Amino acid sequence: MRSRAIAAILVFLLGVMLFTAGCAKGPGTEPYVVGGIFSITGPASYLGEPERNTMEMLVEAINAAGGIKGHPLKAVIYDDEGDVTKARLHAEKLITKDGAVAIIGPSITPASMTVLEITQKAQMPLISCAAAAGITMPVKDRFWTFKTAQTDQMAVERIYQYCKKNGISKVALITVSSAFGVAGKAQLLAQAPQYGMEIVGQEVFADKDTDMTPQLTKIRSLPAQAVICWGVGPAPALVAKNMKQLGFTIPLIQSHGAASQKFIELAGDAGDGIILPAGKLAVFAQLPDTDPQKAVCKEYADKYQAKFKGAPVSSFGGYAYDAMKMLTQALDQAGKDKAKIRTALEGVKNYVGVSGVFNMTPADHNGLTPAAFVMVKIEKGHFKLID
Amino acid sequence: MELASLLQYLISGLTNGAIYALVALGFVIIYHATTIINFAQGEMVMLGAMCAISIYQVYPSLPVAFLGGVALVTLVGILFERLALRPVKDPSAIVLIIITVGGGVFFKGVAMLLWGKEAYSFPSFSGETPFHLGGATLLPQNLWVLGLTAVVLLALEAFFRLTLVGKAMRACAYNPRAARLVGISQGRMVQLSFALSAGLGAAAGILIAPLTLGVYDMGTMVGLKGFCAAILGGLSSSFGGVLGGLILGVAESLATGLISSGYRDAVAFFILLVVLFLRPQGLIKGGS
Repeated sequence: MRSRAIAAILVFLLGVMLFTAGCAKGPGTEPYVVGGIFSITGPASYLGEPERNTMEMLVEAINAAGGIKGHPLKAVIYDDEGDVTKARLHAEKLITKDGAVAIIGPSITPASMTVLEITQKAQMPLISCAAAAGITMPVKDRFWTFKTAQTDQMAVERIYQYCKKNGISKVALITVSSAFGVAGKAQLLAQAPQYGMEIVGQEVFADKDTDMTPQLTKIRSLPAQAVICWGVGPAPALVAKNMKQLGFTIPLIQSHGAASQKFIELAGDAGDGIILPAGKLAVFAQLPDTDPQKAVCKEYADKYQAKFKGAPVSSFGGYAYDAMKMLTQALDQAGKDKAKIRTALEGVKNYVGVSGVFNMTPADHNGLTPAAFVMVKIEKGHFKLID
Repeated sequence: MELASLLQYLISGLTNGAIYALVALGFVIIYHATTIINFAQGEMVMLGAMCAISIYQVYPSLPVAFLGGVALVTLVGILFERLALRPVKDPSAIVLIIITVGGGVFFKGVAMLLWGKEAYSFPSFSGETPFHLGGATLLPQNLWVLGLTAVVLLALEAFFRLTLVGKAMRACAYNPRAARLVGISQGRMVQLSFALSAGLGAAAGILIAPLTLGVYDMGTMVGLKGFCAAILGGLSSSFGGVLGGLILGVAESLATGLISSGYRDAVAFFILLVVLFLRPQGLIKGGS
């Protein structure tokens, strides 16, 4: 009994010592706390993991360079596991307990939609890394919310522009039944009339499906000139494989969700000839030197690969890169005042990022145009810039 | 309705059905010896695929990867029975079944840590040049899946009906006490059944990996569909399990092709519910 009491006292003393040691830095160097909520594990981990890595990498670099006007940055990063409820709890913790000045993330659209309700109320700047246009629209209800990822809307615009240019007017859709696919399909249908596209077939598949030959067989009997597939993860690669098995001769157009080296690896031979919109990061080496994003992409890719050996650089990490860079810029101008940070973010002009050139306005909290995407074609296992 | 399309739906359905059938056979084997349902069966499929992929990366030979994967997972099955199920103080069926559910979650978690969350590809056994068959196409790998299912089914039936060990195993399920009285070591039979079904699951996983890719969470859905197939077929009959799997696969494929692709997964579970309501003993009543 007595030894347990002594042990408890010792632990307490140790705690006090650690606590005072943490406080000993003095007022001039009070750290800025930046929150992060990413889907680091769970089904969307391919998004959250590079985002977390990127944010940690940048914070480390900023602190090594002396912080922001002498203030070190402190990143508090939580994992929402792709779960909306957890994302919400983490956001509340960041606001009330951790004292964050701004939050980066979440990685996925449903979580972002939930978190922004809280951050809007708490008047906390939020820079989401998720895709849906609804995160920053309508802008009057998204006063405190920004995002760095290109929207589906832009990807669809690029795809339809490409189709029009190449004389394709009849397309069949095959989309995943998750939020990503539903949002993409809605955009594909909504923009079709504008570009004179006729949707001759619509098929869906589940995220974990492993055989899409029935859907594709149905499409094969339609007068489509191209198939547009909207999905992420292994499923779109299987669509490519199944199309090859069924002997399709019309081109397959994938979404930006397939713009990763992993996709090429999974699709194998079946990947050849696939056309898709991609962020410039995927093909930065092929960009003309006049493109301002070339240097930024190269810098990010080099640093990321040097730090996380063997990990391929992904456009998802790029979303966190741009968010963190713009936030750093805002903190530098505004200090820790949240309202001033928000105003500074809204005033970002001509920030050349990994995901595009950002021009924020009070009416546009994403700040990108369809030019953020390039069209690429997979040739012999590599992305080739075609448009 | 185009004939070629219909044929294509059938081929796709039969291949998927054969996969479900192989998983269903794993359920049937363990049910034969223990009257419990091993909900970790789907994860054995995943482990088989992942182990084979890893072995192939180190030593690129398909036979070695196949046999190595099956051997490793068989070992996992034996250890699982030994360490998680055998020491249970109150071995009632429901307790053991819940343990297998926990085991499944555990295997999936470990796989996520070992292999990460990425998908991996695995080469086809004999090329990827599709055959043409009356306007429909099928891959050599589809034939491998169908062929192995047929071979396994016949071998299992022969084992359970003709060999002493197989008969002893069935005896354990019908009447454990009587089996013990005539000198059958029930513990050994249970262990054998877990080894067999784990190895079978692994073989199924390796076989489908070229078609479906290997990823840490591939086992859950396959396991559930296999379970539906086993229930549909009546749980205690190998033929029933295979028949259930094939019916399920073709029904899914036809539903996708002819009705709407959104209903695909609903079909399996709808069939499961209908069977449980109307004919809980399954299509083929076991124990004959």
